[in-house]
Amino acid sequence: MDIHFIKENIPLYVEAAGLTVRIALIGILCAFLVGLFCSMIRYLKVPILKGMVQGYIELSRNTPLLIQLYFLYFGLPKIGILFSSEQCAIIGLAFQGGSYMAEAFRSGLESVSKVQKDTGLSLGMTEKQVLQYVVLPQAISTSVPVFCANVIFLIKETSVFSAVALADLMFVTKDLIGIYYKTDEALWMLVIAYLLLLLPISILSSVLERKVRYAGFGNTSTVSGK
Amino acid sequence: MEPILQTKHLQKSYDGSHQILKDINFSIKQGEVVVIVGPSGCGKSTFLKCLNMLEPMDRGEIYLDGKSIEREGKNISLYRQKVGMVFQSYELFPHLNVMDNLLLAPRKVQKRKKEEIQKEAETLLLRVGLWEKRKAYPRELSGGQKQRVAIVRALLMHPEVLLLDEITAALDPEMVREVLQVVQELAKEGMTMVIVTHEMKFAKAVADRVLFMDGGIIVEEENPQEFFVYPKTDRAKQFLNTFHYAALEI
Ligand SMILES: Nc1ncnc2c1ncn2[C@@H]1O[C@H](COP(=O)(O)OP(=O)(O)O)[C@@H](O)[C@H]1O
Ligand SMILES: [Mg+2]
Repeated sequence: MDIHFIKENIPLYVEAAGLTVRIALIGILCAFLVGLFCSMIRYLKVPILKGMVQGYIELSRNTPLLIQLYFLYFGLPKIGILFSSEQCAIIGLAFQGGSYMAEAFRSGLESVSKVQKDTGLSLGMTEKQVLQYVVLPQAISTSVPVFCANVIFLIKETSVFSAVALADLMFVTKDLIGIYYKTDEALWMLVIAYLLLLLPISILSSVLERKVRYAGFGNTSTVSGK
Repeated sequence: MEPILQTKHLQKSYDGSHQILKDINFSIKQGEVVVIVGPSGCGKSTFLKCLNMLEPMDRGEIYLDGKSIEREGKNISLYRQKVGMVFQSYELFPHLNVMDNLLLAPRKVQKRKKEEIQKEAETLLLRVGLWEKRKAYPRELSGGQKQRVAIVRALLMHPEVLLLDEITAALDPEMVREVLQVVQELAKEGMTMVIVTHEMKFAKAVADRVLFMDGGIIVEEENPQEFFVYPKTDRAKQFLNTFHYAALEI
């Protein structure tokens, strides 16, 4: 093991990890919003849109992220739509993650009983107010465990971004292997980089899960979105 | 005196064929307490939900203060503010503490000032013996405490009529009394209430009028002294007998 080589290349990995984190953050936030939007459409049973959402969810869940990225990066330019590597990665993550987040929201929304809604209505609240003040806060806290699982899943998925020439951790690793043939060192650094990224998130999410369970909001059984 | 709340020929089915409520003509005056009793499944909850517009009715009219109520539209919220309801399953909002449970609707629906509602809420909590619990979360309360909070929450909307659907049915026996006491006090103060209950002693004590419902119609309508001692119909006699025996078994 070439310790000197490892030390020398740490900054490269740090930079790549920063990029991965930034894209993951934006992408997951977008996925969250897409999921919220989709679940609202389905919850409110908005005609036409409801069908489109269903179609999107099936498409998103039943195709791998890598193929979605290829389509964005290599397919769309053929019809004149150009995205940068970063944009592709963010859109891909939002597209893939949106359906998972939507499913997480759905399990949360379904856990709020009809009597809860009736109670809100009987106090004179409008449907929208009931959704905003009664249903959503409970649905979101019930969904926390599934959200956390999805976040970790999506961060792991970022390892395919190098396929669209994004200079992320995987990309740097492949580069180092290609140039210096330091396969062991580069791969070990890759593994450790992902571990350092994901471990804190894993720990944070179990703390969060325990908090939510303790709060005892509604039904906290985890209906996995997968 | 004019009835404050009234239904005429109210009919309701859930599936379009099997009628749960067949033809309910109901009225209640200001300050009156009407208790509805009847076998399980006869449509009491359905009736209260129709009265609160939580379930659409198939036919019939509801009048509040003599005015016919439209079944749809923006006025529903206004109507529901005047006709409050408390449910069997003590549905507090689990993500909000007691005070926030109480403040939510008066603030968001009636746009009242927080300080004003808070003051009123504290006074009411004090009265039902729960002032110390104002910052507690529902999970930290017993069923009886939750149900008292639910009553206070409904009262804070200043309803003209309060609908109570078996509010003690899901409670442990030792908690029933603390809740019924609150209701009894409200009755004394002149709160207009429609109460569905299986607590016959309480019904007898609190009711100005008793309705016996069975098979989707009002079978008997009497003052409590008359109804509980000399029920007229066989169905009512049978119904009251089941309670008699149940009481003996204990
Ligand atoms: N949401 C619903 N959908 C279909 N049927 C219902 C629904 N709610 C109640 N019912 C039926 O309507 C009848 C009356 O129910 P309910 O009003 O709850 O009776 P009660 O409160 O007197 O026990 C029952 O047969 C019940 O099964
Ligand atoms: Mg009932």
